[in-house]
Amino acid sequence: MKWFISHETIKSPFLKTLEKDCGEKISHCYQCGKCSAGCPISFEMDYLPNQIIRMVQLGMEKQVLSSKTIWLCASCLTCTSRCPREIDIAEIMDYLRRLAYKKQLMPLGETEIPLFNKIFLRNIELCGRLYEMGLIAMFNLLSGEFFKDMSLAPKMFLKQKISIFPPRIRNIKEVRAIFKNSGKLGRAKRDRLLQPKLIFLNLFRKLIEKIERLK
Amino acid sequence: MKYAYFPGCSLHSTAKEYDLSTRAVADALGIELIEIPDWICCGATPAHITMHLLSLALPVKNLIKAKNMGSYEVVTCCAACFNRLKIANYLMQNDEVHRQKVAKIVGEPYQGTVKVRHFLDVLINVFGLKNLKENLTRQLSGLKVACYYGCLLTRPSEITELDDLEEPHLIDDLMQTIGIEPVQWPYKTECCGASFSLTKTDIVLKLSNDILQMAQDAGAQALVVACPLCQSNLDLRQAMINKKYKKNFNLPVFYFTQLVGLALGIEPKKLGLEKHIVNCLPLLREKGILAKR
Repeated sequence: MKWFISHETIKSPFLKTLEKDCGEKISHCYQCGKCSAGCPISFEMDYLPNQIIRMVQLGMEKQVLSSKTIWLCASCLTCTSRCPREIDIAEIMDYLRRLAYKKQLMPLGETEIPLFNKIFLRNIELCGRLYEMGLIAMFNLLSGEFFKDMSLAPKMFLKQKISIFPPRIRNIKEVRAIFKNSGKLGRAKRDRLLQPKLIFLNLFRKLIEKIERLK
Repeated sequence: MKYAYFPGCSLHSTAKEYDLSTRAVADALGIELIEIPDWICCGATPAHITMHLLSLALPVKNLIKAKNMGSYEVVTCCAACFNRLKIANYLMQNDEVHRQKVAKIVGEPYQGTVKVRHFLDVLINVFGLKNLKENLTRQLSGLKVACYYGCLLTRPSEITELDDLEEPHLIDDLMQTIGIEPVQWPYKTECCGASFSLTKTDIVLKLSNDILQMAQDAGAQALVVACPLCQSNLDLRQAMINKKYKKNFNLPVFYFTQLVGLALGIEPKKLGLEKHIVNCLPLLREKGILAKR
């Protein structure tokens, strides 16, 4: 991949802001590649972890925030534990994801992961604990694959491993207050929890794939 | 020994057998586990991906509930909950800015006074392997297992302080005490795909396939895990892995508490052994651990 990196990009405040908010000294990275070598998901990523760090050092904010890599990071912390400069790469990936949510920059090919996270959090906000049936039903519905994992459902019900009813706790109002306060203090976009643009893009992409397969 | 018990969302549903077996083992050894009343989800992966302060506030709320219960030690079984509780605790102890922000969100100040332990830690370091050996009614010899630790138990090592980073050995030591032979294999801490179970099932299938293949090549007849998500990825998805990669794995995936329970003489029904998707009863009957029909 070849990019033309202009003077403005390199001098942009992206790197300094990230270092200040995160507390991680990204400018210390000397590109040894240990993080990419140990990353279990590197086979599926478009940019390797060390390439993402290099792009952050060069101020290439837009490319980084619309890459697939930051969403495919599984937070397994292999990179963090092996970095010789003691940079917490998983924390940087987390920060980039939160920034991508704030700026609503989602990659066209990986819309399921951002959607899933939001559905999960909405689920906890409503019930206090995770309501698995609700999560699976909502996710299947909004991502366009209605009958995914349906074959596993009977076994799970028979073995009483999944319940049809949501869990109930007494002080659900405290949980909802926590969500509200963290949104305000963390300045995270909480009001548009299920972003319609995300859902629409996803369903549209799935429809195109199905049509391609039928041809 | 009395602890506040934080099961986590999975142990009340998809990992029910982990909860049953942990309580059965704790009962048999005289460890008292009192469930925190009205505990809430710790947020796990989606919380720290979306909102930083939320991912700290949810675990801290649970720790405050434990403190109000009068308990200063929390025991948890789920690796993700353990990791999140430990990270929240660490930041509350060491970072003043985060402490103030989280106090504003939760409504109560919290200084990180409650200690968080994993059940493995309690069994091996607090109860002791020597004491455990004295309580055993039998040795489960003849079984060869691969101990799989996963990502979150040992990393980040300065926060979890549980075991060695690249070559952990806690579950292996426990298995040796109850007579099972743990095999040497290199994929002890390789990621299984974690929370991509629903969203990117292909990645989970590939990573879990590699783990199962390596375990089988090393000579293991079963796997032992300590994390409900790893167990779900390796057990629930085994049929899909067999179909996709044209293999025929038949490796049951046990929780370490189930095997310890069998060695302590607890009856199999109380350990939830029939709740596994990959049937583990034939292997146990073949090795003489369960009575033949």
